[in-house]
Amino acid sequence: MPSVHDRGGMPTTEPIDRSSHEWADWEHLVNALVGVLRRRDLLNVDELRRGIEAMSPPEYEASTYYERWSASIETILVEKGILSADEIAEAAQEVDARWG
Amino acid sequence: MGISAEAGHGLRVGDVVVVRNATPAHHHRTPWFVKGKTGRIASISGPFLDPESRAHGGDGLPKRRLCAVEFRQVDLWGEGYRENNRDSLLTDIYEHWLERLGQ
Amino acid sequence: MSDDHSHPDLKHHVPLSERAKRAIAIHRLLVAKGIIGPAEVESVIDQVRTRSPADGAKVVARAWTDPAYKGRLLSDSRSAVLELGYRLSRDADLAVVENTAGVHHLVVCTLCSCYPTALLGPPPDWYKSFAYRQRAVVEPRAVLREFGTELDECARVRVVDSTADLRYLVLPRRPGGTDGMSEVELAGLVTRDSMVGVGEAKTP
Repeated sequence: MPSVHDRGGMPTTEPIDRSSHEWADWEHLVNALVGVLRRRDLLNVDELRRGIEAMSPPEYEASTYYERWSASIETILVEKGILSADEIAEAAQEVDARWG
Repeated sequence: MGISAEAGHGLRVGDVVVVRNATPAHHHRTPWFVKGKTGRIASISGPFLDPESRAHGGDGLPKRRLCAVEFRQVDLWGEGYRENNRDSLLTDIYEHWLERLGQ
Repeated sequence: MSDDHSHPDLKHHVPLSERAKRAIAIHRLLVAKGIIGPAEVESVIDQVRTRSPADGAKVVARAWTDPAYKGRLLSDSRSAVLELGYRLSRDADLAVVENTAGVHHLVVCTLCSCYPTALLGPPPDWYKSFAYRQRAVVEPRAVLREFGTELDECARVRVVDSTADLRYLVLPRRPGGTDGMSEVELAGLVTRDSMVGVGEAKTP
């Protein structure tokens, strides 16, 4: 069985949805944050991909594109000791309290 | 695997190559459907830092050359390919995944 | 965006997913700790907004009108693009593949979403979709038909699965009836889809 990200030729009859959505502010933020982290050598593109591929298959499948990036940024930054999982959880609760 | 440490060495455009049929646990950029398949090197670029090392905190060395390998679609999918027998697929494979077939 | 306090509108959007909240949280923490500057993300957002398929279209139009340039674009894509003043990422190089009467290229990234962002801007949603990533390699002609692209009988399809440090741009065929057109007019015929290979350039 190929990994969940290795999708070429995986059977599907789904048509290609050509509609596009306007990026939400947080999607712009995630996209740009990766650019900033790369520029500062805190995260490289191979680590970003590895962090995405480390998601559980059900979560990978259920997540949107930038949700996958968010998961990977968190994995890599925690792994490197730049941020802790606890402080991210706490800060996310504050975000939730304000805008959730 | 039957692939020596020399795999990928000295590859040239036009060489017929087999892709290693391996699924290492670490991050790698070889799609499953070309593993173990035979194709022909259409062009070579790089060398580039090795993503298999860079993805896991390594320095990406040694750099690897990147081979654009062209496969016949029917060789990849067999009867699963229902379009045109002349169609092909080109994908970039790092040299250490490739072994020259014959001489 | 550098300071999420400045986004009162956020509450009127769709409720944020857990991953969205955590991304905002990560950004706030990185700024609070001084690991990244407060305005850095915003400046990247602005840079991203400046890139669009219009850039790739200018490169294509130049190649259509200047055979020597086209030769350089196909053989040394990076230099040829730099020549026109575009910047490529330090992490990714560029390759240009030419569509002709005999061969039609279609680009996909089955593993993630590799795309020539430097010349086309961010990829469209469909390029990143599971359906496109799964189907483009195994039934490219069916995918092309969904995009309204019917190929000549004699054309063969060469799918490019972009996996690594090279980003692929398709040089579409120059449409007929464009002999007297200027480079600027020609660039107007070059669509994003034609540079990914799911479509062809528009006819005037």
